[in-house]
Amino acid sequence: MNDFYIIFTASLVAINCALMGSFLVMRKMVMIGDAISHAVLPGIFVAYWVSGSTASLPMLIGAALSGIFATLMIEWFTKKARLQSDAAIGISYTLLFAIGIILISKFGANADLDQQCVLYGEIEYVSLWLQPILGGLMLPKQAIILLVVCILLTVAVIWGYKGLFITTFDPNFALSTGVAVTFWHYFLMTGVSLTTVVSFESVGAILVIAFLSGPPAIAYLLTENFKKMILFACAIGILSSAAGYYAAKWLDVSVAGAISSVIGIVFVIVFVFTNVVKSKARVISA
Amino acid sequence: MNFWEHITTFFSAENYTLFVVSIGSGILCFAAGVVGTFTYLRKRALIGDVISHSVLPGVTIAFMLTGVKNPVYFLLGAISSGLLSIWIVDYVQAKSKLKPDTILALTLSVFFGVGIVLLTKIQHSGNAAQSGLDSFLFGKAASMGMLDVQLFSVIAVVNVLCIWFFLRGFSLVSFDENYAKGLGFNVSFLKSFLALITVVTVAIGVQAVGVVLMAALLITPAAGARFLTNSISRMLLYAGAFGFLSGVVGVVISYSGTGMPTGPWIVVVLSVFALLAILFGKKKGVLARMRLRNANNIKINNENVLKDVYKIAKDGKNTISINDLVDQEKYAIAKLKSILKRLENDNHLDQIRGLIILSDKGRLAAREVIRKHRLWEIYLSKYFQLDADHLHDDAEGIEHVITPEIEKELIRLLERPETDPHHSKIPY
Repeated sequence: MNDFYIIFTASLVAINCALMGSFLVMRKMVMIGDAISHAVLPGIFVAYWVSGSTASLPMLIGAALSGIFATLMIEWFTKKARLQSDAAIGISYTLLFAIGIILISKFGANADLDQQCVLYGEIEYVSLWLQPILGGLMLPKQAIILLVVCILLTVAVIWGYKGLFITTFDPNFALSTGVAVTFWHYFLMTGVSLTTVVSFESVGAILVIAFLSGPPAIAYLLTENFKKMILFACAIGILSSAAGYYAAKWLDVSVAGAISSVIGIVFVIVFVFTNVVKSKARVISA
Repeated sequence: MNFWEHITTFFSAENYTLFVVSIGSGILCFAAGVVGTFTYLRKRALIGDVISHSVLPGVTIAFMLTGVKNPVYFLLGAISSGLLSIWIVDYVQAKSKLKPDTILALTLSVFFGVGIVLLTKIQHSGNAAQSGLDSFLFGKAASMGMLDVQLFSVIAVVNVLCIWFFLRGFSLVSFDENYAKGLGFNVSFLKSFLALITVVTVAIGVQAVGVVLMAALLITPAAGARFLTNSISRMLLYAGAFGFLSGVVGVVISYSGTGMPTGPWIVVVLSVFALLAILFGKKKGVLARMRLRNANNIKINNENVLKDVYKIAKDGKNTISINDLVDQEKYAIAKLKSILKRLENDNHLDQIRGLIILSDKGRLAAREVIRKHRLWEIYLSKYFQLDADHLHDDAEGIEHVITPEIEKELIRLLERPETDPHHSKIPY
């Protein structure tokens, strides 16, 4: 049952990240996801400080707010200060992460917060916090939160698909036809913040980034159809979670690390495969 | 202990650790800032993040192969896997339709994931000597020794020498690779060499400030420096100085409280420096640009109102009723009032009981704007073959920007025309 809990939790993270990551990959904004996942640290601390507990809800709100704050900060740097975008991202997230660590090491000694868990999470222990849901079924607390967010994101993506799609693939056309480009930008960023925040506690920032970038990138190599790409990305994420978990169990290593490694291996295989197919096609057409 | 006591203790070198750590951090940040200038200019600021995450598997493999905690082996491992990560980023970018940001994120997370796998493998195998590996994740600036300071100094000197020697090549590669190629520079050598010194600097720096914050040591000083100068050698100088100062100040601050982490404080100080430069930079700073924009807006508003007054007055008269301007509904009343007040202060016009009287100076200024507007319209219709109804909007903007020299040139080019495409006379 422990196996199931861990794979189930990781898969939920994978689905959430695939939903958001597919848009980020097409919008060339994956590194913003990376930035947000590091920048949530001060928000989590402030939430802990204000609410006095490590309860999930205040933490989530605090982290989501600081995620959005990070996006605003990056925007300010690029638009108002005209800093090039890569530097804007780099400066913002390192500063927020640094502030987060300072706050935590100064005031958070008795809180269950450290940068180790931010970086690689504690998915091995999800089954320590089981909670009963409908019909006597037990699920880890983390998984329940992830499931709620997953449903929320799915509904949001289906509801806002048109707007997200058009602002992703043809922002100029969207702008000229009066689509609220800014609204969809922040709509997506809120989703990304929420995803990173609920995910990082269980799998850590690194696996969040691997899930945000890897499965969508692999799916993008396999298909040009965006809807298919999202579905492929979800499937690749889930399969990598399962494969990564068993590999980790077998080798007695970190689960989050193993899942990232599996994503890397899948990427290499697909990358080589698509390049071989491409070069064969070139030979045939020549 | 207050701040000044700190400073004195610091310089008396009573506190040997503080002295060593702050100087060491300063030198390291200096070295990173100098190299980072080129990463910044090549718009590859985030590559530092990728390299710092990617050194982990190299370090762990070096440990697994040798079984000892030898910094030289660690460094070799770190450098090789750092270089491999850069190569992979470049290769995948060349060979697939994926965008750089995706490739960067994927490379750093996969390398780091592999590193974590290996690290946990070592930890679980119960090898007692593994404890030093953690410093590659979170840094251990506080436990810096004299040996580290010497190592940092060597790196700093090597970086400075390399950059001094290849300054022209590196600058060209950063701004225009193709141009560099055309001039006969060996671009791929220069790029690889730059990558090598970047990787070496990152591999060493990671041990001091940790994986996440290393990126800041590269980018933040350069970004701040960029707002202060356009010259690349000055930018290098400023970035290095920013780095050094932040390293020292960050350490001093972190030692003033208990349990304060060193790396994060360095990054906070660096960011403060950069933010100050971004805000107050003399020409490119946010405030400077805001001031410039305001000055431009004032000029445009002034000129537009003068023009309106002149046009309403017509036929060489100088006086109009203020209501005529209000009736145009171009400006909110309060704004119009402030513009008129400003024009009155400049002696462009007088206001008496609801009347506006254009002075000679104001009259000349208005004619000048109208003249520029109409000259530009002629220019557009003659050289761009635009229709008469497409000219006005463009001229409306450009009339405020045309300098006397350009005006002269326009008159010469158009052979001092008499009327514009709408058959209005040009006021000379």
